[in-house]
Amino acid sequence: MARNLELLVNGVQHSISAEPARTLLTVLRDELDLTGTKYGCGEGQCGACTVMIDGIATRSCQTGLSAAAGHKITTIEGLEQQGSLDPLQQAFLDVDAMQCAYCAPGMIMSGAALLAKNHNPTEAEIIQAMQGNMCRCGTYPRIVAAVRLAAAKSRRSVA
Amino acid sequence: MNFRIEPERYELREGPAYDFSFDRRGFFKALGGGIVVVSLITRAEAQESGGGRARGRSMPQEIAAWLHIDQNGAVTVYTGKVEVGQNARTNITQAAAEELGAPVSAIEVVMGDTDRVPYDMGTFGSMTTPQMVPQIRKASAAARAMLPPGAWSSIDFASIAKQGTLLQAVTGDAKPKATSSWTVMGTSVPKVHGRDFVTGKHRYAADVKLPGMLYGRVLRPARFDATLGSLDKTAAEKVPGATIVQDGDFAGVVAPTPHAAAAALNALKAQWKSQPQTSSKTLFADLERNSAPESRSTHESGSIDQGLSAASHKLEADYTVAYIAHAPLEPRAAVAQWDADKLTVWTGTQRPFGVQSELAQAFHIPEQNVHVMMPDTGSGYGGKHTGEAAIEAARLAKGAGKPVKLVWTREEEFTWAYFRPAGVIKVRSGVDAEGRLTAWEFHNYNSGTSGIHTLYDVANQKIVFHASKYPLRQGSYRGLAATANHFAREVHMDELAAAAGIEPLEFRLRNLKDDRFKAVLHAAADRFGWGRRKPAAGTGFGIAGGFEKGSYVAACAEVQISPGQAPRVVRVVESFECGAVINPDQLRNQVEGSIIQGLGGALFEAIDFEDGKILNPRFSRYRVPRFQDVPQLDVVLVDRKDLPSAGAGETPIVTVAPAIANAIFAAGGQRLRAMPLVRSRINPTTSGGTAR
Repeated sequence: MARNLELLVNGVQHSISAEPARTLLTVLRDELDLTGTKYGCGEGQCGACTVMIDGIATRSCQTGLSAAAGHKITTIEGLEQQGSLDPLQQAFLDVDAMQCAYCAPGMIMSGAALLAKNHNPTEAEIIQAMQGNMCRCGTYPRIVAAVRLAAAKSRRSVA
Repeated sequence: MNFRIEPERYELREGPAYDFSFDRRGFFKALGGGIVVVSLITRAEAQESGGGRARGRSMPQEIAAWLHIDQNGAVTVYTGKVEVGQNARTNITQAAAEELGAPVSAIEVVMGDTDRVPYDMGTFGSMTTPQMVPQIRKASAAARAMLPPGAWSSIDFASIAKQGTLLQAVTGDAKPKATSSWTVMGTSVPKVHGRDFVTGKHRYAADVKLPGMLYGRVLRPARFDATLGSLDKTAAEKVPGATIVQDGDFAGVVAPTPHAAAAALNALKAQWKSQPQTSSKTLFADLERNSAPESRSTHESGSIDQGLSAASHKLEADYTVAYIAHAPLEPRAAVAQWDADKLTVWTGTQRPFGVQSELAQAFHIPEQNVHVMMPDTGSGYGGKHTGEAAIEAARLAKGAGKPVKLVWTREEEFTWAYFRPAGVIKVRSGVDAEGRLTAWEFHNYNSGTSGIHTLYDVANQKIVFHASKYPLRQGSYRGLAATANHFAREVHMDELAAAAGIEPLEFRLRNLKDDRFKAVLHAAADRFGWGRRKPAAGTGFGIAGGFEKGSYVAACAEVQISPGQAPRVVRVVESFECGAVINPDQLRNQVEGSIIQGLGGALFEAIDFEDGKILNPRFSRYRVPRFQDVPQLDVVLVDRKDLPSAGAGETPIVTVAPAIANAIFAAGGQRLRAMPLVRSRINPTTSGGTAR
């Protein structure tokens, strides 16, 4: 049966009435209209539904609503700060790391979560962290380049 | 099994079904003042209306595209082509900006909206670049000629628009700019609307939301070709908010949330009736056995027997290609809304007008009552030519009396879409003492005719396509059968080279007259270091080349093998020539993507099926290329500014598999003649091997 739950998404508190067994993915998309998070497989294999929960890249299609309640959820819509893109979003544009771009939000969330804890990942570390994200258009080399570019730019801006 | 919708030879090429009329739509009234240029496909009577006014139904139907320039100098280009990740939107924007002398930011392209754009057959066959881009250039050049000279920013568009609508129709005689004076085309303009994609703002079909919209699910048969015996709806009807829609064998549910719709679907109790069906285990024998005898010789010259008798080395070999799935990351999706007998549908498809026709037929309504909109879509690769999800969403919406969104699950996408055709290819050949081909006999069973012809110079040829009774629904796929045909041909050429004791690149060059083909082979080989580098132990180099849809490609692969392990593709160098390059960086992106997607079909992708069921309908059981599978990549673009631009979304995929197979052999591995290569090598009969 539907229950009232509190969801903190992109810094905004939402009161949701929904069955606790519902996935975070459908609530984000269908209740909160945050459609940047995508459905791709429903079994945690493709990464299109990746969001950050307390900073950790998480498959929202495998996350029950009750498990997400009370935690800090960030979706692709929450990365942009006051009209300014996250460095990884900008890097995706700079190296054209997309074709159909359906995977891009999930890729960016996985990559941003990696960069948050590892400011200077090696190529092997990027590949390992992103292995669960799928791009059927095959833009993988560009995505790796985008993560590296974002890391390099962030290092420069900190220095 | 027989499917109602089946593309002819795996590519849909229907004639225009839509009787386009300017009057009926009042289209130009809605545009407001300014310049309108309509680009016509050359036809004698079309020329008569050049420069004239629209005359309603007397306007020719052969309209390729049009554009409008408004009082602010904003340019809107209207085309029936669609964007599925191949960056057609960006290329068309560049074409218009180039000819108009306008900034890229002044151009907006309306694509695939059946109420607003001229009829178009569909986005397939790599035709946007060679056919649509020239039409856009023509219209844009004509519009430029209607404007005063000088910089775009200096033009007083407001006073032009005050004169009302200035309409011109242009045919083939408009002169676009010479390639040598391009300043926007030929440059790496970034993806148009890129920011909307990286921020999640872009709305794909599955992201469309309407007021009062319900979520639908469709009851799927237990097996292909099954019919509904009985349906018990009692439990499903008790799910709060759920409505059951049934119409013959079609049944589905709608509910206020996807969760409730899934619950109602699960509560439906259906009995299905079906006949026993075949299995992928006997696929290749079945295809050959069930083929039509000598169905159609696509090419025959000289005499195979004479050619073989003149040969000093003769060879016969069979090659197979498995069924594979497109698996676009965005599954089929549609939102449908009825207003009395008018239907509006948002869906991701490569053929919006084809889907419009399908919907009109399905609901017995005129085509002009059906409005199909195609938001830029989460890829297709030839897999989204049909309108299943649109029809299903419209059926559910009709039954429910409310707008309905239907998003196929991944399992539905793997099961109820269509596949790249499997095939068997049998080759018989001969080569003389000088290493020249004397005979080339090539039989393709079921996989298709694209790329079936050889560019190698051989007088005695017989090339035959055999249609076959096939067990799964099959259709277009990136490159169509060119992948299967290049695989068989280029592996066979490698086998012949080995038999004749000639180095594989030299063997190919010795049998080639086509300079463009030779040029891409040299370009790939040079960058790879072919003939200059020696492979390390357990490593092999392979080469393959090809031609399809107006462009040339060659690949060199380096593969490492070790006992008991899947071969590792270390490096791929691919050269590609598609005439004058419109956008180098995005072309590179397409070629890289083709190589990586090609790795899947080359190495491990295969659909398993048995008795009317797909056995591996999910990503956990159907392996596609991931980050770790990507080899070192090197793309060499051969830019021929003197040649018209050809499409590039498909052809770069065709040489990936044969180059890898040839490299595995060169590394000391087996001669592999089945795609996928690794799976057949590691674990030929069972699923769940290390390669998966």
